[in-house]
Amino acid sequence: MRRALTGALVSFGLAAAVWEAFARSGLFAPALTPSVVDIARALAGMIASGALGFHVLATLGRILVGLAGSCLVGVPLGMLMGRFRPVERFFVPLVSVLSPIPSLAWVPLFIIWFGLGNAAAIGLVVYAAIFPFVLNTWTGVRSVNRLWLRAAESMGADPRALFLKVVLPGALPFVIAGFRQAFARSWIAVVGGEMIAATTQGLGFVIFDAKEYLNTDVMLGSIAVIGVLGLAFERCVFQTIERRSVGRWGMIRTARS
Amino acid sequence: MSFGLAESEFLCVVGRSGCGKTTLLNIVAGFLTPTKGEIRIGGRAVTGRGLDRGIVFQDFAQLFPWRTARRNVEFGLEMKGVSRAERAEAAQRFLKLVNLEGFADAYPHELSGGMQQRVAIARALAYNPSVLLMDEPFAALDALTRDEMQGMLVNVWRETRKTVIYVTHNVAEAVYLADRIVVLTPHPGTIRAEIRIALTRPRDTLSVEFLEYQRQVVGHLR
Repeated sequence: MRRALTGALVSFGLAAAVWEAFARSGLFAPALTPSVVDIARALAGMIASGALGFHVLATLGRILVGLAGSCLVGVPLGMLMGRFRPVERFFVPLVSVLSPIPSLAWVPLFIIWFGLGNAAAIGLVVYAAIFPFVLNTWTGVRSVNRLWLRAAESMGADPRALFLKVVLPGALPFVIAGFRQAFARSWIAVVGGEMIAATTQGLGFVIFDAKEYLNTDVMLGSIAVIGVLGLAFERCVFQTIERRSVGRWGMIRTARS
Repeated sequence: MSFGLAESEFLCVVGRSGCGKTTLLNIVAGFLTPTKGEIRIGGRAVTGRGLDRGIVFQDFAQLFPWRTARRNVEFGLEMKGVSRAERAEAAQRFLKLVNLEGFADAYPHELSGGMQQRVAIARALAYNPSVLLMDEPFAALDALTRDEMQGMLVNVWRETRKTVIYVTHNVAEAVYLADRIVVLTPHPGTIRAEIRIALTRPRDTLSVEFLEYQRQVVGHLR
């Protein structure tokens, strides 16, 4: 754990040093490439005024609500597709057509349908996140070891028990992989949505708004905050879930970073 | 082909690869539907799967990796709706039967192959099926572990008095375990011979009689 932490600090320190050298090289005007100190100062200002917390909460709220919704729909749908042929035949073409369409392509339509604000942004997140859940769960269900199903059936498991006590835990490594992808895609959707759907809240709005005043330090600071939030989720949520479930059960090797 | 089993009999089905041993077992287990014929247990024709048959596969991966040894053994009882306390008590009893009472809270991946197969045997026995079906359960184990496991299985069988159908391609194993051996031949899958093993247990694998039985079985396989 400690070694992983120092490792992370070294890689971030190095990246910051490279940026600092580039910012001070004079290749671009200092206003375009703010130094690390400027970025830190801008962030400190945003934290002090409470703006950062406000916008982070707005963005995170949209992501979490959207993720929860897409998980509640996507995981059961993926499971049904994996278990029942007719459901699979019906949904695979639909999912195949919809999932490669970038969520941002829907922004204008979502604005027209849902208006500006939370509904459009959350809708975008749901759209972005649902396909990773569906596709990974579907794959996970199909990859469930047949022996588990046979063993469970021979012990009298009815379809419901088979679903909840064998197929779901058996597919869990894939569902967690889907959760990760869904999370990454929902950031694209929410930041893009916040920029274009022109709400007055959220990190996407902050970045886009800062462009008006050439506040590159605010833009880079907000981008760094998104990165840190991603790292925090990976460490605190995904890796914890993995370590306590599929890692504990020996279904995957747990990450050591 | 047709054969019967007495209650508490240990029957080994021996044959080369591809003679339909596993298919036979899968039909008895209810995973496959026979094109002709039927399976009867206690005079009653059985179709499909049922709690009257417990099954142990060759592959170690048959255990549920997300359940501890104890919770694996409890699975059948859980499906029957047995209370938590009773399940735990039964699981502990059957783990003790296969000498794994100290590993109740271990996950399958923390156990060796032989231990995993012992959990699988305990799991197949715990919900009290009348017939235990075993598909080369020790084939993937090293020779020493396999010997230990065979000895353990004989003890378990003597204590539980289950009817066992045990599929194997290992002749020595069949002679060591069985009351009776059925030798299958492929194309078409038919019974070549039925041999009753009239040796007392525990059997001495190096005795003249033991080797004579082995020679007899091998002769039928040629």
